[in-house]
Amino acid sequence: MKILVAVKRVIDYNVQVRVKEDNTGVVTDNVKMSTNPPDDNAIEEAVKIKEAGKATEVIAVSVGEEKAQETVRKALAVGADRGILIKADGILEPLAVSKLLQKIVEKEKPDLVFMGKQAIDDDCNQTGQMLSALLNWPQATFASKIEVKDKSLEVTREIDEGLETIEINVPAIVTCDLRLNEPRYASLPNIMKAKKKPIEQINASDLGVDTSPRIEQTKVEEPPKRKAGIKVSSVAELVQKLKNEAKVI
Amino acid sequence: MSVLLIAEHNNKELKPFTLNAANAASQIDADVHAVIVGQNCGDASKALSELPIIKKVIQVEAPYYENFVAENFSPVIVKLAENYSHIVCSANTFGKNLMPRIAAALDTSQISDITKVISPDTFLRPIYAGNAFATVKSKDPKKCVTIRPTSFDPCESSGGSAPIEKAEPSGEFGQTKFIKREEVKSDRPELGTARVVVSGGRGMQSGDNFKLITSLADKLNAAIGASRAAVDAGYISNDHQVGQTGKVVVPDLYIAVGISGAIQHLAGMKESKVIVAINKDGEAPIFSVADYGLEADLFEALPQFLEELNKLNTIQK
Repeated sequence: MKILVAVKRVIDYNVQVRVKEDNTGVVTDNVKMSTNPPDDNAIEEAVKIKEAGKATEVIAVSVGEEKAQETVRKALAVGADRGILIKADGILEPLAVSKLLQKIVEKEKPDLVFMGKQAIDDDCNQTGQMLSALLNWPQATFASKIEVKDKSLEVTREIDEGLETIEINVPAIVTCDLRLNEPRYASLPNIMKAKKKPIEQINASDLGVDTSPRIEQTKVEEPPKRKAGIKVSSVAELVQKLKNEAKVI
Repeated sequence: MSVLLIAEHNNKELKPFTLNAANAASQIDADVHAVIVGQNCGDASKALSELPIIKKVIQVEAPYYENFVAENFSPVIVKLAENYSHIVCSANTFGKNLMPRIAAALDTSQISDITKVISPDTFLRPIYAGNAFATVKSKDPKKCVTIRPTSFDPCESSGGSAPIEKAEPSGEFGQTKFIKREEVKSDRPELGTARVVVSGGRGMQSGDNFKLITSLADKLNAAIGASRAAVDAGYISNDHQVGQTGKVVVPDLYIAVGISGAIQHLAGMKESKVIVAINKDGEAPIFSVADYGLEADLFEALPQFLEELNKLNTIQK
């Protein structure tokens, strides 16, 4: 089996995000960027499946500016065999990304496409499901366990009520939850080796996909600030305040 | 212009958040129709028809709709969508799984997880786990919108009598097979909808110590939450996790015990109406969002908390 894994370059999850003063977006200059966390789980799972002898090749693909190459390179350092960067500038909505990925799927013909369940920047949670719809493939979202069978996967999904298990025939899309596995760190020798692995660069404009935004982001603001609270000196005072001031107990 | 709401249900009853989504739908346009897709879901359809906000219910039944497989649901909703300007659903795992499939089929750029309807084409939504809020305007002729249920009040649940129409099912997808669902059963209020949530963090030090949280939660009729650190340490199962990667909760009262307040955790609870933090580290970031902070050792404070509650004549349920 051949596995394509989509990875996104986002602001590192440990960075406190700041809104730009002109309210046009968030500050990204001189901010640490990393792989979207659940995309790391997607790569890890694909590499594990290959290590178990159930996949022949793992391809990492990213869509974005030139610097997204670093994100692809990191995927290569933890075990992906080769990379693809679809170069595109500006805001790309999940619908546009899924159409670009569809073109890569048509060319590479993978059996499985993995990606994180959600990107931690725009929090859309759409791309995997949209790609699955465009390809008319089955989807397993929020995967916390994947069992590879002959021509199918048995996937445990994290849903609000608990867990759900489904079986999907390949080819299929899986979006990965953080609890799917524990992503490995790249070792120095593997980082060196990854520098020699190929990354194919493709211009989004050459794929014949209209990526122009359908959604206009008119304003980005700080969340409403909570008014400063107080420190109480004892549990008795706390309970009195909750009873008589906040009136919540 | 009219809005098609996708009802979430379990074939017997409506899921509570359908009422919140219906309210949000009615803020887009007063002409709200609801589609319910399932199997033997007549009772849930009837409950849906009794929401005064709903003008018409469309019921679609087939055996392959019984387990809410998105690949089966999508085609029938896409077909019905012809007659509507907006398709709306809750942004919980049901809606998150389903709506993008519908949006892609309609060639629409979906707007996820809105917290406010500004106008029929403009919405407010959190980005970066609620560290920023974006105002977004859709230019698509048909709009697919998922709503954050806790940001909208539930609508009235009785008094309405909308007509129930049946629609034809659209066939089974066939490549996806439902196997089983393991629901976490509990006598407690559900974490996502509880009026009070008591959460423990790494400061609890062990799973056994969570019984202190349980006792307090029992007393307050509260749901039990946890930080990612407590879940990762194995103190409690991950369905209790509150935060960016867990559940987003907006209770009237949120009590954070032994939780430092990492960005990811704050993203899941900082919209709560009243926040209490109990932590022995006075510098912990959780205090920056707390209305009432108590700098204390939780192993002393929690038993005292119970004692003080026992002294009260009444406790709200």
